[in-house]
Amino acid sequence: MIQLVSFYIFASIVIASAAMVIFARNPVHSVLWLIVAFFNAAGLMILIGAEFIAMLLVIVYVGAVAVLFLFVVMMLDIDFAELRAGFVKNVPLGLLLAVVLAAELVLGIGAYQAGAVTLGTPEAGAATVSASVPNIEAIGGLLYSKYVFMFETAGLILLVAMVGAIVLTHRKSHGTRGQSISSQVQRRPEDATRNVNQPVGQGIEL
Amino acid sequence: MIGIEHYLVVSSILFVMGMLGIFLNRKNVIIILMAIELILLAVNINLVAFSVFLGDLTGQIFAMFVLTVAAGEAAIGLAILVIYFRGRGTIAVDDVNRMKG
Repeated sequence: MIQLVSFYIFASIVIASAAMVIFARNPVHSVLWLIVAFFNAAGLMILIGAEFIAMLLVIVYVGAVAVLFLFVVMMLDIDFAELRAGFVKNVPLGLLLAVVLAAELVLGIGAYQAGAVTLGTPEAGAATVSASVPNIEAIGGLLYSKYVFMFETAGLILLVAMVGAIVLTHRKSHGTRGQSISSQVQRRPEDATRNVNQPVGQGIEL
Repeated sequence: MIGIEHYLVVSSILFVMGMLGIFLNRKNVIIILMAIELILLAVNINLVAFSVFLGDLTGQIFAMFVLTVAAGEAAIGLAILVIYFRGRGTIAVDDVNRMKG
């Protein structure tokens, strides 16, 4: 019972805040509603026992992606009123497509509920969920054994994204004295240092 | 009890919301990127729901990979947005046709 009640609370807040994301006038409010949606989606996932993904949602989406959005929205000086100009014009087509798509999706789910489609069963050797192993431990065991190459690839994708974002936004600043790595590397010890046998009582030559 | 249909309905509504957001805010790239995040969240809810109700952990692993791609996409998208804003002084995307041959 408590599960059902909390499911409906989380689900309704997710959907309401998703609506606020797309209807809010101020993009900063949109980002904040997006954070609410992510938190409640994490709640939905905890409810069925996917704790790791729930934590990942909070850490990655709220902690990184939403904050990045917030930075960009606040950093750029944009006239948002002008950007909303075509809003009303797009409502009929958008609503029509949304209703059609939603009807199709609900039709599919209804077909499943009516018994026309049944869920498959996991094939032999699949990573089954067992009640004795915690969710995070099971995911870790799977991630570092069967899916280790995909895990590495995910890391590579993040590296490429990071390098890409830096390359795109980095500006060479004029008037500052930067580091010239090639000339630093080319410099040999014999060009730069001298070994002298300094006599006592004489000044050193600079 | 909560069945898989509950989760499927929530994720389909979320997906449709994201699509509607792209249609309504056709000029504002920031909202479009947020709508894409909503769509990916719907996909993740679907993956996790199927993973739990089928008793197969693979779906949750794939949800993690979707999350990775979403994070990378947001980073690159916002970087492109920043350089676009630097060059044009606006982020209205309905006149992004400079690269038209």
